[in-house]
Amino acid sequence: MSGPKYPGFDTLALHAGQSPDPATGARAVPIYQTTSYVFRDAAHAASLFNMERAGHVYSRISNPTVAVLEERMAALEGGVGAVATASGQAALHLAIATLMDAGSHVVASAALYGGSHNLLGYTLKRFGIETTFVQPRDLEGWKKHVKSNTRLLFGETLGNPGLDVLDIPSVSKIAHDAGLPLLVDATFTTPYLMKPFELGADLLYHSATKFLGGHGIAIGGVLVDSGRFDWERSGKFPQLTAPYAGFHNMDFEEESGTRAFLLRARREGLRDFGACMAPMTAFQILQGIETLHLRMPRHVESTRKVVGFLSANPGVEKILYPEVPGHPDHELAKKLLPRGCGAVFSFDIKGGREAGRKFIESLRVFSHLANVGDAKSLVIHPATTTHYRMSDEDLKKAGIGPGTVRLSIGLEDPEDLMGDLTLGLRAAAKG
Amino acid sequence: MELALTGGKAFAYTAAHALRPGLRTIVFVHGAGLDHSWWGLQSRYFGYHGYNVLAVDLPGHGRSEGPALASVGEMAGWVFALLKELKIAKAALVGHSMGALTALEFAARYPETTERIALIGVAYPMKVSDAFLDAARRNDPVAYDMDVIWAHAAQTPLSGNPNPGMWMYGDTLARLSRLAPGVLHAGLAACNAYADGMEAAAKVKCPALFVLGARDMMTPPKGAQALAKAMADSRTVTIEPSGHSLMAEAPDATLNALIAFLR
Repeated sequence: MSGPKYPGFDTLALHAGQSPDPATGARAVPIYQTTSYVFRDAAHAASLFNMERAGHVYSRISNPTVAVLEERMAALEGGVGAVATASGQAALHLAIATLMDAGSHVVASAALYGGSHNLLGYTLKRFGIETTFVQPRDLEGWKKHVKSNTRLLFGETLGNPGLDVLDIPSVSKIAHDAGLPLLVDATFTTPYLMKPFELGADLLYHSATKFLGGHGIAIGGVLVDSGRFDWERSGKFPQLTAPYAGFHNMDFEEESGTRAFLLRARREGLRDFGACMAPMTAFQILQGIETLHLRMPRHVESTRKVVGFLSANPGVEKILYPEVPGHPDHELAKKLLPRGCGAVFSFDIKGGREAGRKFIESLRVFSHLANVGDAKSLVIHPATTTHYRMSDEDLKKAGIGPGTVRLSIGLEDPEDLMGDLTLGLRAAAKG
Repeated sequence: MELALTGGKAFAYTAAHALRPGLRTIVFVHGAGLDHSWWGLQSRYFGYHGYNVLAVDLPGHGRSEGPALASVGEMAGWVFALLKELKIAKAALVGHSMGALTALEFAARYPETTERIALIGVAYPMKVSDAFLDAARRNDPVAYDMDVIWAHAAQTPLSGNPNPGMWMYGDTLARLSRLAPGVLHAGLAACNAYADGMEAAAKVKCPALFVLGARDMMTPPKGAQALAKAMADSRTVTIEPSGHSLMAEAPDATLNALIAFLR
């Protein structure tokens, strides 16, 4: 007999987290552009503050429009819940600040977005949180660098910009054997291409600015918890398992079990750091999510066409896309990303830095800017932009060369994209 | 709080309060495969409003040690042993699903210890399908899927959670996935095998409250009617939009019903 069925991804992308508005009957998600919510009476106010009743108090902590986005993303990822943030970087910071104090340590993939590398390698160091970077494929390295004060393993589902596929089943096992959670940045894959929790990750976040929003109009992030990591059993996270004077002596794990991490992230992290998402932003990102299941297959299909085109072009030295045979993670990608390896990839243009400059400046359909995951196709030169703070040695570790160009393939006619690239490559080849 | 009982360490959430002499005590008993934190909002409310609260983890669940108990009678006996250990002479019991059967059996066996009972998401008999039982016996994850889907009203996954940012299906699934093998099956089998409901109901002389979800697929409201009729002093509150997971699907309405009854 077949068991009961969960709603499909496409249905959840349109409906999860929202009923027609009880006040007006509005079918679309209303934008609750409000900071605060009237208490029914003094007892109701006290109950909300003491977490005896569910509801909204102040939009820095929760907002009805933002809550729809949070619940919808938790549904799409298979998590217990989510907290939306002002940006993807705010989501990463919130995860770390919820789990760690000064003196803690992170083991992270070296193949990270430049901003994340900067946060971990420099900024958090100032606050006493150290990071050891390892090559994402170096499983021994992940294991070897776990120390007594390590509290998190962290990587990107698809590394930036070399498209390293994180071996989540193996890295999560290393984390779990050490009593630690694995956090992944799932921005490049979205829940449509990969479900990191099903592979063993415990926490994930997105820069919702990218494919989730999908139209380059809003900055936002979302941090999702699987609820599977047992903080109590780990014994390494008093932040979640011991009474906290900063919040009514609450023991978050005892109080809420599977919801402990998100409870502290919301009630402390949003309260004190304040990097919340605006309701209009949540609305805009929700509009993107409602078509994610339509856009992602098209992004991937067009990317495959463009990759095929570039592979045959003599002006291209190397393509870093896991679906290309020869990519170090080609086989792993088949296993972990059967729906495709996303729509962002890099390639090395013959002629190095100068050829790269000419190529980018010759493009007319691709837009030269610092973003990915837009409906419009984008191009950038990482060594001089997104990763410009990294040393040559760190650039090399991250798989970035002087002629590396990163493309984000949009939803235009792929023939037009290939035509544009042809012009760029011709210009680059002229020297 | 933790305390030693026969069978191992037992845990009960007390809403961060030590037990206070002279206050009334409410014992919250969770359903199959769940734990004390399922009562988060409701137990916290009473703990901060002048009651002693004991939201227990039954053996094998949450933070309590020991194998899961095999029968509703054993569960009622375990709760009694816990109260005895704490020297609590009388308490109100609030139970959900399997916990509601436990409260019912407790009230029948230990009337002198029972102040009143609130039965949430209950039906009698509480039959569990063979497919569900078999899957749980095999520790097949499909049992968790059945539990998640049948424990919520059909519209729940396509509507908003009263608790901002939380996904009810995911929360229930995460809780079940933390269980030791066999624990869910033990609970379901205990519910399925419980055959003393009508006899127990006839013995209940204390006030009883039924809180039922109008859209409950696991224990539909009509399944509680015979129990309610058999009791000397019962009342029923039916919550319209909720399924079986009333504390999560309709937390305020459930709390309001409990406040009105336990006040």
